[in-house]
Amino acid sequence: MATGTSIDVVMPQMGVSVSEGTITKWLKDVGQTIASDEALLEISTDKVDTEVPSPASGVIIEILVPEGETVAVGAVLARIGEAGAAVTPPAAPEPAPAQPAAPAEPIAAPTPPPAEVVPAAPAPVAPSTVPASTHVFVSPVVARIAAEAGIDPTTVPGTGNGGRVTKKDILAFVARGGAAVQAPAAPSVPEPVAPAASMPAAPAAPVPAAPAAVTPTEALPDVAEAEPGETLESMSAMRRGIADHMRRSLDTAAHVTSAIEVDMSRVVALRTELKDAYLRDYGVNPTYLAFIARAVVDTLRDWPWVNGELRGDKIVTRNYVNLGFAVALENGKGLIVPVVKHAEGLNLLGMAKGIADIAERARTKKLTPDDVAGGTFTITNPGGYGTFMGTPVISQPQAGILGTYALVKRPVVVEDALGQDVIAIRPMMNLSLTYDHRLVDGAYAAQFLRDLTHRLQTWTVSDY
Amino acid sequence: MAEKTYLQAISEGLRQQMRHDKRVFLIGEDIGVYGGAFKVTLGFQEEFGPWRVIDAPLSETAIVGGSTGAAIMGLRPVAEMQFSDFISCAYDHLVTIAAKQRWRAGTAIPIVVRLPSGGGFSGGPFHSQNPESTFAHIPGLKVVCPATPEDAKGLIIAAIEDPNPVLFFEHKHLYRRIKGEVPDERYVTPIGEARIHQEGDEITVITWGAMVHTAAEAAAELPDLSIEIIDLRTILPWDKEAVLASVRKTSKALVLHEDTRTGGFGGEIAATIAEEVFEHLDAPVRRVTAPDSPVPFAPVLEKAFIPQVADVVAALRSLSEY
Repeated sequence: MATGTSIDVVMPQMGVSVSEGTITKWLKDVGQTIASDEALLEISTDKVDTEVPSPASGVIIEILVPEGETVAVGAVLARIGEAGAAVTPPAAPEPAPAQPAAPAEPIAAPTPPPAEVVPAAPAPVAPSTVPASTHVFVSPVVARIAAEAGIDPTTVPGTGNGGRVTKKDILAFVARGGAAVQAPAAPSVPEPVAPAASMPAAPAAPVPAAPAAVTPTEALPDVAEAEPGETLESMSAMRRGIADHMRRSLDTAAHVTSAIEVDMSRVVALRTELKDAYLRDYGVNPTYLAFIARAVVDTLRDWPWVNGELRGDKIVTRNYVNLGFAVALENGKGLIVPVVKHAEGLNLLGMAKGIADIAERARTKKLTPDDVAGGTFTITNPGGYGTFMGTPVISQPQAGILGTYALVKRPVVVEDALGQDVIAIRPMMNLSLTYDHRLVDGAYAAQFLRDLTHRLQTWTVSDY
Repeated sequence: MAEKTYLQAISEGLRQQMRHDKRVFLIGEDIGVYGGAFKVTLGFQEEFGPWRVIDAPLSETAIVGGSTGAAIMGLRPVAEMQFSDFISCAYDHLVTIAAKQRWRAGTAIPIVVRLPSGGGFSGGPFHSQNPESTFAHIPGLKVVCPATPEDAKGLIIAAIEDPNPVLFFEHKHLYRRIKGEVPDERYVTPIGEARIHQEGDEITVITWGAMVHTAAEAAAELPDLSIEIIDLRTILPWDKEAVLASVRKTSKALVLHEDTRTGGFGGEIAATIAEEVFEHLDAPVRRVTAPDSPVPFAPVLEKAFIPQVADVVAALRSLSEY
């Protein structure tokens, strides 16, 4: 199917830590023409959803990966040919090399009892599955054991660096008959079990085919089944990422939440004053969030652990703030936390622009993975829906997350110019700080909130 | 059986072999009247006389050249370099003549050159080196590096009985620091056989000389890891089968030596592992060695130069986590 004039569309590298992506939607069909840089498909990685532009103008002659499949970075997704090129109907997945008709040959030769379970030379056993095209490093010993046992090593849960499958992992996998187990929470690994455990010690008679029935394709069965009235759907890559991250964060940090009430009168007044001019001159809305973010950045300078991190047994503090903003996607499709980098260098206008930019790109799926990486503190704003309190989950490895809640007019007791108590109507907002108590103590967090409140209540022109 | 220091064990081996074989004689700088720079041969001249314990002039060339000639004439010389570093003066006699004589003319050259080697006491660049790999590259020589008193005694006797030129590296830092049970009788520890210093099944450490003890200390700091320590004992010929068998078992290997890195014997071991048991490896073969630098005098720098327990612990951890 190779042609000298076609151009491959490959799964793009969406940032350094992303190794694979899922095709969520093909925007063009085979045979359609496409212009260079025109959106060709949508992909979803564990960090962002985005469009992939066409690398060239021409006709789509082949689509190699159907929607819903996950492939490694660099995998060829489609081919684009010159206008008029012959097209290939959308093929089913890559034709698999003809599988050997059921491995009738037992893995161990039945003749003399095998003295050694692990032959010195790699036995040329055909793997019973087509190896997945992921780019996970497989060490020589793991490759050899996998070949001998007829296992696809990518189906084995790994406990090594970066989830690498270690020799122990695959030996334990083989010993269990190839059944997948839940990865242990702690990085401890199962007892190493000699591969002999799963093999008959000395088969007198020919061993029946597949003694330790290793069926890797069924190794990770989807056990969930719908009861009557229920509907099952697969988790998106983003949902899986969120699930993992939320669980990991709660398992990692000691979450504690403190809240404070802020009189936003000054901010409301200032915003009213600035809004038209900002919209007219810069095309950007000075939102309450922008004011709060500005005040947060200044306050973090005085309370650096809130902007810090526990790394191993060290405390990391920083002379900069990469401010994350939790952005909900439509219809509960997920949550994304794009980051305004180096927010300490932004005035109110810059902050407003920065927030508007990431919000717009989040909505239009134009974020890159680097836009969502590197945050040092996060603000989440569920107040738009009227909630007045919450306990958000910290984005790891950060130490805190600020929640901003509904701005409501409430009667409050204030002092008038004569020192008399009066009841006034004020725009009030609750702020919550959820912090990692391993690093940040309650008093420290409370002082952060106090100073933040003070800034918001005494905002002056010089704080822009 | 009695507990002896590494130095006492070498001394006892020499003495027993001199009593056992009248062809054996010692030659070196200050080894007679003074008893040797490190007192390995203290009292030897009194027992064996000045013709069997010869104080040589300050000429390593003469010592090794003379020993080679004496060996050709049927004697069994044991030459001492006051520090192994000084062997370079005798390089030509050793490498050009002694190592090749048997291959070239069929003449056995049964000499032993004792080489007090290694650092750890601020001896600086001329008194601290570990030049074993230089001679491991010379076919015709044998290179021995014992780590324990028992092996030091058995191997010095084996070296004297061997018909080839044998370089016997005695690590100075072990002389009085390391003690162990040593059989009283005269015995031979075979050249070319490694010893399992400690059994384990997760990581193999291949080392020799003083680093055997560094490796053992590091392993003791990691009780949750099952570490196998192989003491090679002999660098040439080295016990490949012992190393390969262990790596087949553990799938992870760390080569540790006090010598500098580039061209160090660890490279040969790592290459052999990669060639012979590649399909058993679960991690890259790691090396912990001295950096490519002369040995510094300053204690702080020397400590940074010689592999320390912490360096080995860190390397073992990273291999374990790989």
